[in-house]
Amino acid sequence: MGGNQPWVRWEWIADNRGQIWDQTVEHLQLTLIAVGIGFVLALGLSLLGIRFRRLYPAITSVAGILYTIPSLALFAFFVPITGLSKTTAEIGLVSYTLLILIRNITAGLDAVPPSVREAARGLGYRQPRLFWEVELPLAVPSIIAGLRIATVTVIGLVTVTSIISLGGLGLFILDGLRRDFLTPLVVGTVLTIALAATLDAALLVAERRLAPSNRTARASR
Amino acid sequence: MATDSSAATAAASSSAAIRLEHVSKRFPGASTDAVADLSLEVRQGEVTVFVGPSGCGKTTTLKMINRLEEPTSGHIEIFGRDQAATPAHELRRQIGYVIQETGLFPHRTIAENIATVPHLLGWPKARIRDRVQELAELVGLEREQLERYPASLSGGQRQRAGVARALAADPPILLMDEPFGAVDPIVRTRLQDELLALQQRLHKTIVFVTHDIEEATKLGDRVAVLDVGGILAQYAPPAELLREPANAFVEEFLGRERGLRELSLIPVSDVPLERRCELSPGASCEEALAAMDRAGADWALVIEDDRCAGWVDRKRIAEAVPNVSAAAVPLARWIGPNSNLREALEVALTSHTRVAIVQDGERYLGVLPIERIAQRLEA
Repeated sequence: MGGNQPWVRWEWIADNRGQIWDQTVEHLQLTLIAVGIGFVLALGLSLLGIRFRRLYPAITSVAGILYTIPSLALFAFFVPITGLSKTTAEIGLVSYTLLILIRNITAGLDAVPPSVREAARGLGYRQPRLFWEVELPLAVPSIIAGLRIATVTVIGLVTVTSIISLGGLGLFILDGLRRDFLTPLVVGTVLTIALAATLDAALLVAERRLAPSNRTARASR
Repeated sequence: MATDSSAATAAASSSAAIRLEHVSKRFPGASTDAVADLSLEVRQGEVTVFVGPSGCGKTTTLKMINRLEEPTSGHIEIFGRDQAATPAHELRRQIGYVIQETGLFPHRTIAENIATVPHLLGWPKARIRDRVQELAELVGLEREQLERYPASLSGGQRQRAGVARALAADPPILLMDEPFGAVDPIVRTRLQDELLALQQRLHKTIVFVTHDIEEATKLGDRVAVLDVGGILAQYAPPAELLREPANAFVEEFLGRERGLRELSLIPVSDVPLERRCELSPGASCEEALAAMDRAGADWALVIEDDRCAGWVDRKRIAEAVPNVSAAAVPLARWIGPNSNLREALEVALTSHTRVAIVQDGERYLGVLPIERIAQRLEA
């Protein structure tokens, strides 16, 4: 970085208020859509893997390969097919959430004690109510742990989508790098971190709400 | 519940609540039957215990009653109706179910756990709330505990909650699968006593599975002893079982303490009590020794107005001035008329006089000598 420029030029921030807000919202949207679609897909694939155990290794292998493909390469691969669109970005982002979410959802559902499942059936529960009222709530801590990792990962990756000319806070980082101008670089980075920290905290609160017994159980041990 | 009342009416014509007819179960891939051609009737309002070593199919048999397992062949009637005709989940809502480690839902409070079946049946909220309170009282749970999660309760409290949950929709039948297996012996004894007290009030048809023969003979009106492979070795009331084991397997399974266990089934009130040499507290030492000489006794009880003030022996009388009441040693242990002969034996064995003193509250009733207890066993 050249010159003696300050870390932050406040007048730039003031001039670009609207733009900063818009890109933060855009970043948030790209993240939530990716994690949301990723969660639904992962839930379906996890149930498939639990129902048909033989499929589970195949499902996690494919998700694992997707996870290891460099993000830039993945975006580049999809641009000729889906163009420089949100779809391209979301396909890439969703594919990065799958491995984490499938692992955690499956682990959470597998950890439901057999005695609890048997008692539920013995008392007259049947699917799909057993899943929604007993199995899924018991898997909540593990699922939320997965969502937290996936969300933070996706927030980081959204900065990369800016390279394929999509929005998000990565735009500022890119802009700062191109123009050798520190302020947008700092703004983009700080806001990305802040966004990650906020969503992580929000998920933590959600877990406490959804699984209150978890807290008392820990406290009493 | 409409289905309950019709079931109860059907049952009035027959004393069998559950009838197993030639029921067999072979698990996929297994080379032998888990349960082999089992036929047996569970009487209405009684506690029937399935007992046997592991692999005897007792739990499998229990699970076939509420269709958690389906028989490979044979069929099961509940209150005279083919149980397979009712959809499994509906059948299960009409049959209480308690399992080891309770299977309470860890993510739900105790109140929510107890409310499970009413919730599934779609009862209105107010009715569920009232019912939960009623059940908590019935099984002895504190109101404050209802809002807690299972993990913060003791094993005994969790087990009570498990029983309350099973009873929530007032099912006529209760299935209990080793419910007290995971709690310590002291709590287990208390829970067993509570179950017996509860049963005296509710008169449910209870099928209880255990591997503990002592628990089986204590709780069961009838005990079905199952051998490995789900073969019914004997089905009888506990006293008959202990007195006349049907074969070598049952005899071995009943174990070496069979005699003692049989004693625990006989109430003290079944045996005529004896009187021994009795002295009045005002008797002088000479009078006392003379009375003991006449009775040929080494010791005597000091009795006044049906109350036993203690016991004396010759040595104590010789040292006492001026009368026997000064020499009397207060009773350390005695038993009540509701005790059983095993407790009587225990007291007699640890007393100097080799008898168990029987008192109803403060009222002296008589004594039960060791020989008399032993005779009862041989009878």
